[in-house]
Amino acid sequence: MPKRIVVPFGPQHPVLPEPIHLDLVLEDELVVDVVPSIGYIHRGLEQLVQKREFTEYVYVAERICGICSFMHAVGYSQGVEHIMGLEVPDRARYLRTIWSECSRLHSHLLWLGLFADGMGFENLFMRSWQLRESVLDTLEDTTGGRVIQGTCKVGGVRRDIGQEKLDEMHRALDPFEEQCRDLGDVFLNDDTVKYRLKGLGVISKDEAYALGATGPTARGSGVAMDHRETGYAAYGDIGFKPVVETAGDCYARCAVRVKEVYASIDQIRRAIDQIPEGPLDVKVKGTPNGEYFSRVEQPRGEVIHYLRGDGTKHLSRARIRTPTLANIPMLVKMLPGAQLADVPVVVLSIDPCISCTER
Amino acid sequence: MGFFAMTKTVLRNLAEGPATRQYPLVPARTSALTRGHIAFDPATCRSCGLCSRRCPCEAIRLDKEEKVWEINRMRCIACSDCVEGCPFGSITMERDYLPPVVELVVERHTITYVKPEKPEKKPKEESAGESA
Repeated sequence: MPKRIVVPFGPQHPVLPEPIHLDLVLEDELVVDVVPSIGYIHRGLEQLVQKREFTEYVYVAERICGICSFMHAVGYSQGVEHIMGLEVPDRARYLRTIWSECSRLHSHLLWLGLFADGMGFENLFMRSWQLRESVLDTLEDTTGGRVIQGTCKVGGVRRDIGQEKLDEMHRALDPFEEQCRDLGDVFLNDDTVKYRLKGLGVISKDEAYALGATGPTARGSGVAMDHRETGYAAYGDIGFKPVVETAGDCYARCAVRVKEVYASIDQIRRAIDQIPEGPLDVKVKGTPNGEYFSRVEQPRGEVIHYLRGDGTKHLSRARIRTPTLANIPMLVKMLPGAQLADVPVVVLSIDPCISCTER
Repeated sequence: MGFFAMTKTVLRNLAEGPATRQYPLVPARTSALTRGHIAFDPATCRSCGLCSRRCPCEAIRLDKEEKVWEINRMRCIACSDCVEGCPFGSITMERDYLPPVVELVVERHTITYVKPEKPEKKPKEESAGESA
């Protein structure tokens, strides 16, 4: 039997954008066990809910994550709106959907770039990020912020997108989709990429379900679970079908994200086509008294905001379960059996967002 | 996938040049809505304190006695909530980002607003214009 050694991986590692530490137990080059540890960037944002007014906290909630920021704001706002019984105007629901899908686009393109970088395909990394830049420019034109949009608030949205800009976005979608399909073609059909990813980090459907995986990680294993199906914001009106792959390996998880990019473009197109005229927000009167589990689908999976108000202007408790926390048990199951050189690719395949996880 | 699939990209990149820009020399791209930093006008501030109460990160401090308005630029997250909340339009959002700094700077402004003396008989339109 080969001698076992423990190799520390992270928290600072070239492929990791954020700090997670893994103790890899190796037999020669083969991973046999892995012990993850997090806790490097806890910021105490949940506690802050007791010190900020419930309408102000939405800006803090947005800063939980630097990539799926808008979805955190939507999740938090939806929770407070539900507790207070506020009905969000239709146009605000559609605008939230458009910005959410733009966020998903830029998050997935960012991930595709990092993933390509992780497997050593530098050219594809730069190409993905170049495409992402045009999404960020659109976000900046419509909201004022590239990654922190700051346009979602309790009771609606803060800004409108003019009809002219909506038309411009609609026109830009076709050439953008063509470029994305060119890019996706390389991810899905290139022999080098296939050779690197197929059969790596396999998780079966039952295992993924039992471990409570969410998002593209679960859908790559054939679990057709996407919270957008429940129809929050305007997803109920514009229709939604989850993207599912069945292989359960790194290639399947990559394919889910590539196809979700196409799906997001389609969602934005339909949302722009159907967006109604009307007010942007409703007046928020009174204070929240009650509790609610607000669930939103982020690029990485389902995020849960548990909010409890006690009738004062400060909420008494917020608890946020982010998708990466749910996907770390999957990672522990995926890694044994992989080579040491494949570890970065497998770790990236769950799209870890540690700042979210530790809040 | 066919042969030379990336060649199209390579040729396009050769023709179009780099996608990035030489940042400090070429200014960053901004839009009309870009939230760069907030600017304060001490001549119109009436010390109501709404901005400091609304600020989610406690970056703004107002001393009504001393007539001092302070902003901690390192705390400010440029959420623009104070801009929306200011009833007198004293705070505005500027498009450009502030240059990086290496030490904590608290910007101090002395409020120069002077309450106009109440005329004995004021026409109605003027008073409505002033209070807006």
